This record gives sequence, structure tokens and C-alpha cells, in this order.
Amino acid sequence: MAAPDAKAKVEAPAFREFPVVPAIQPDATGNVRSYVANDKIQEAIGFPGKLAEDWRETHDKAIERMGDLLERYRSLKVYLDACVHCGACTDKCHYFIGTNDPKNMPVARQELMRSVYRRYFTPAGKWFPSLVGARDLTREVLDEWYTYYWQCSECRRCSVFCPYGIDTAEITMAGREILDAVGYGQKYSNEIIGKVHKIGNNLGLPGPALEDTLNGLEEDVKEDTGIDVRYPLDVEGAEVLLVTPSADFFAEPHIESLIGYGKVFHAAGISWTLSSKASEAGNFGMFIGNYEQLRKIALRVREAALELGVKRIVVGECGHAWRVAYAFWNTLTGIGAGADDPFAIELQKQLDPNYKQPAHICEVTWDLIRQGRLKFDKEANDGRIITFHDSCNVARASRMGDTPGGQFDIPRNIITAVANKYFEMAPETTREKTFCCGGGGGLLTDELLDIRVKGALPRMEALKRVVDDHGVNFMATICAICKAQFTKVLPYYGFKMGLVGGVHQLVSTAIRLGNEQ
Amino acid sequence: MTIFIAILFYLATALFVAGLAYKVLDFARTPAPLSIPTTPAPTTRGGVVFRMFREVVFFESLFKANLWIWIFAALFHFGLALVAVRHLRYFIEPVWSWVAFAQPFGMYAGFAMVAGLGGLWARRFLVERIRYISTVSDHLMLALLVLIGLSGLAMKFLVHTDIVGVKAFFLGLMRFDIQPLPDDPLLCVHLLLVAGLLIVFPFSKLLHAPGVFFSPSRNQVDNPRETRHLAPWAAALEKN
Repeated sequence: MAAPDAKAKVEAPAFREFPVVPAIQPDATGNVRSYVANDKIQEAIGFPGKLAEDWRETHDKAIERMGDLLERYRSLKVYLDACVHCGACTDKCHYFIGTNDPKNMPVARQELMRSVYRRYFTPAGKWFPSLVGARDLTREVLDEWYTYYWQCSECRRCSVFCPYGIDTAEITMAGREILDAVGYGQKYSNEIIGKVHKIGNNLGLPGPALEDTLNGLEEDVKEDTGIDVRYPLDVEGAEVLLVTPSADFFAEPHIESLIGYGKVFHAAGISWTLSSKASEAGNFGMFIGNYEQLRKIALRVREAALELGVKRIVVGECGHAWRVAYAFWNTLTGIGAGADDPFAIELQKQLDPNYKQPAHICEVTWDLIRQGRLKFDKEANDGRIITFHDSCNVARASRMGDTPGGQFDIPRNIITAVANKYFEMAPETTREKTFCCGGGGGLLTDELLDIRVKGALPRMEALKRVVDDHGVNFMATICAICKAQFTKVLPYYGFKMGLVGGVHQLVSTAIRLGNEQ
Repeated sequence: MTIFIAILFYLATALFVAGLAYKVLDFARTPAPLSIPTTPAPTTRGGVVFRMFREVVFFESLFKANLWIWIFAALFHFGLALVAVRHLRYFIEPVWSWVAFAQPFGMYAGFAMVAGLGGLWARRFLVERIRYISTVSDHLMLALLVLIGLSGLAMKFLVHTDIVGVKAFFLGLMRFDIQPLPDDPLLCVHLLLVAGLLIVFPFSKLLHAPGVFFSPSRNQVDNPRETRHLAPWAAALEKN
């Protein structure tokens, strides 16, 4: 098991003249492995510190955990049974397109687990293993799981094309959950989960530092616009609790969008607050497929909402956080509507039923634009020629507004309401067919840079076309991971890192603040 | 031979029904704790029924994914559906009018079915990516289906079998009154293979047929903000 060589030269693959499907190159990225979590990181969040000395023990624990998950998740059970190896998904994964490694084909990634499932849980695999491609769980297989389940960004693109809707993300999550259960966790994600519990956000920014940052932000905006826009923290009785990825507090270009959210609330005259307890929208519990962690991290938001007595909960620009908020919060925390149990009702009777709970910041802004409550100087964005990158979790795992596909239209509507120059990328790379940025799902860590750069290839190709054809110089997106990933990988493809930014960065530039309220 | 095939068919049918019922019940009783439809997804139950209909009848997602696979898969599945309808006449008396009407179409559908299978099989050799993911059982499954198709076509177009006798055999089988099976090697091969198909169905990837209906990414309504989804095991976490 070779340690990944972080110093190895990372190079971007060449743009393909025609986007043909690459020839397979077995084990092309078999040596690119994410750092394994140490025992401190593992034990801090309740997982075994390391693999057992005795392989048999690890083996039995892994199979037992797999059995548990098969009882818990219909998705896993159906997906492991239903695949016919038709091949529809084989050319759909950005990591396969970028690396040519056949184990990055969705079906092959699933097969790493399906082969073990067959061996231990199906009569065919028990009696005729070689016939049906079943195999024993060995140390080598477990290592292979670790390698390739940490080369998947859980972006769900394959699930769009599978005739049975098989979602590799569900398999990857189960794989990671089994690995954690035997003490084989990933350093990056599990360390971050530890930080959320200990400090309140993924970046480990403590309350006082957060307060300083927000004060500084108010001064900057005042200097810039002459207006007192507030960035409040822990204000009891505020109408809106904004939960946003912690990268928004200091990373570029993320912070520009945070400035934009504040301006929107200011211009509309809505009282709002951030929370030091829930100073993170991100929820890496989803990435590692652990329901208990997913729930525990989400419950912070429930507690903050109850303590602050807010009427509305709004989520900032973050892809997987929006998936967790939109699709899972009602289940996990009761943030939503329609419940009949005391746990959820306690919160739901506090929240204003006239608004969607939770709401995406883009839904808030777009509603205000439609009501005529925001005014813009679109010309302020004329220096920008804009395109929009759909983030995978928003596109394929959530919605905005009342109609299916609102998650595509609302951000675009906002962009065209605040700017004049907008161009779409190729339709096979946008909306539900969007390509992942290459850094999602817990892969946004330096030792995986090689995979991240290669996985960005299809998006970069589509971007290149609009840059060449229309002079696009701004790719807007609504995901903190997309922003961080693109900032890092754009230069490998010959673009400036400043080419990526947020939708509310555009809003921030064009919004009129003065006497409009 | 009559007795052997008769017993085999009872056994195969029992295994098929029991195995499939077990798998379907197993899928149905396993909770889907989180809302995970692949979006954009319908926001109503009726919308989901329509989505599933398009998926099952038109293979909508496959159409988006790969036109070649879609063409071959459609040829095979529609062919098989018509052939199955055509075969109903061996199990009912008098023959329903729509089954009678479908007879000539079913005849040509046999060719479509085999052609579709041929295309799918060719891809397993010719397309590198699909060759990589193919297992022995994938090839055997195709071989089984192709042989069923070819032996059936041979009885229609090359060496006619005594279909009146076949019908008497199956009608008898259904009444537990075993009638002699026409003495025809081709027919025996055809029936043995079909029995084999029934037997492997609940243990193989043919589970994609019931599986698609239970796929959460396709059968869930996109309404998580309006409805609280809570699996029993997840609700138990709220107790402590």
C-alpha cells in the first residue's frame, strides 16, 4: 500500500478535440489514495481508531456492518441486486473521463462492493462465485474500496442515466460507512466532522474570531458603499437564521457572496442573524454515509433555531449543504413542515408557514426580485461575461421553488436580473447533466489533487468553449466546494483562478442599497 | 420425458413465484430512510407513476444515456413482450381476441428479440468498457435467452412442432392433469431452457425487473420540505 506522493507533479489532461470516450487504462489512478485518519481523529467521532490486528476480526465486522446497512437502506439492497451491466453509465463519470481508470466507471465502482455482496448475501455468489463475479472480502479488496470510494464525489450523474436509477453515491456512502466501522476512515472528512462538533464549523473558526470577521466585513462594506449593512451574529428574535458554509466567512471568492446575502436582507429590510453554534451549513456526515453523524451535525441547526427563536431558516451557497437541508433536514431535525410528532412540531410551530422551510438564499432573493423589493444597476456587472455551473447536489438531489427544475431556473433568473451578459455552457454539461467540479463529496484535500484536476476535465472543456466563443470571464456557482475546487484547478487548465465566483457576488455588485427600503 | 418436464415446470414455477415474492417483499419491507429521488423529480404521487411508466415502458433514462443500448434493449424487451403475449394462447381456451390479434406481430417479434439480444451481446465483445464489466453470467444469460429465442423461431419457421399437443400439455399442467408432450427434441430444448430461466430469475440480475419499481431515486416523490419522512429505525434515534 504505497502512500500517495503529494509532491508528484500534477498535470491536467489535454482538452479533447472531440469528446470521445477514452480507452480504458487499468489501475491508472490505483495509487492515488486519500490520507487515512489516525486513531485520534477516528475515536473523536466514535469510530474505531484503526484496523484490528487480526484480519478475521476486521473481515467479520465489515460483513456484519454491510448486513446492517442492507437492512437499513432499501437503496443499497435494490441497487446491489438490480444492475445488469448494461454499460449505460460507463462513460458518465467525470473521474473516468479524466483518469481512464476503469474502476472509476460507475458500474465498476459499484462492482467493488457488489462482488462482495454476492459472495456473502446471495445464493448465486455463495455457490458459484466465479460465475457471477463474486469474491471474498480480503485486505486487498478493502484497500481497493478505500482507494476508489475516495475517488467518487457522490455527484449522482450516473443515477440520471441508469435505467434503474442506481445511484453510485449510495454505494460509495455505504462503502465509506463500512470502512469507518472497521477503523479505516479518511483523514480529511473525519477531521472536519470532529471540528464541527468541537468548534461549530468545518474550518475550526471559533465564535470570537467569527465575530471579529463579521465586524471587519461591516467596515469593509461601509467603506465600499457608504451604507451600514449589518452582518449580525447570535441575535435572538431575528426573523431569519442564515446557515452558510464556513468558507463564506473568509475564503475568496466565497466571502463576496456572504456580502451579497447581507445586502439582500438589508435592501429588503429583513432582520437576520448568523449563529455561532450553527456556523456551518456543510454536513460531511453525508459524505461518509453515516446517518448518526449526519443527524448529529444537522441537529446543531435545530438547536440554534430554537434558541434564537427565528421564524425562517435560510441556507447560503453550498451544494451538499443544500441537499442535506432541502432533502434531509425535515427527516433529521424537523426543519420543514407537515409533521405530526412532538419532536418536529416543537420547531415547526415556531417557523413561519408562509415560507418554505428551509429556503435557499437564491429562493429568497428571487422572491424579493419578483415582488419588486430589490433594485439593481445591471450595468455594474457589465465587465463580466457570465456562465453558470450547476453544482451536482443542487442539480440532482434538491429543488428550489415550486416546480421541478426550479433549482436550474432560479439561479439563472437571478443572474439575468442582475447582469446583462450571460451565456450557457453546452447542454450536455448543464442542468441535471452537469459535470461535478471534481472536488466534491469529501475529495477537496491536497493529496487528491491529481484526481481533482483530472476530474475537472469535462467541466473545463465546456468552459473552454464558452470562453473561446463568447469571451466568458466569470463562472458563477452556488457551492462552496465548487468555488474552492475551481479556484485551485482553473490554473492547471490555463484559466485565471478569479474566473469563478458566487451568484450573490453578482447580486452584491449590482444591488442598490441607498433609499430603496 | 413428459413427466420430467411436467415436474420440472411445477418446480421452476414454484421457485420463480416464491423466489420473486421473497425478493419483492424483502425490497418492500426494507425502509428508505432518506428522501433521495434523482431530481428534477415529480412533486406528486401521480407524477411519480408517470415517471415510472416512462422508465419502464420507454426506458427514458437509458435513452438519455446511450442510443445503441437503448435500441437493442428496446428491440429485445418489446420483442419479448409480444412473444410472451403470443404464447398466452397455450395457456387459455378459448383464446382472447386481443391475443389472437397479436399472433402475427408476435411471430416477427421473435426476430426482433433475437436481434436485440445479438446487439447487446456484440457490445459485450466490441465495446472495451462493457467487455471490462461483463461477467461469465452476463454471457450465459444472453446465451440462454438467445437459445430460447432461436429454438422457438426454429419451431415456427423450420421444423413445425405439434402446437395442439403443446397446448394440451400446458392446459393439462394447469389443471394438474398431465397430458403427453409431443415428442420433439427442439420443443424439449426450448422448454428446458425456459424452465432454467424461471429458476435463475429470482437469483440473478433479472431482478432488475422488480427492482426498478423499488428504486428510491425513481419512485420517491420530491416533497421533503412538505412531508416528514421517517424510517422506524431513524425514529428510534429520537427517543434517546
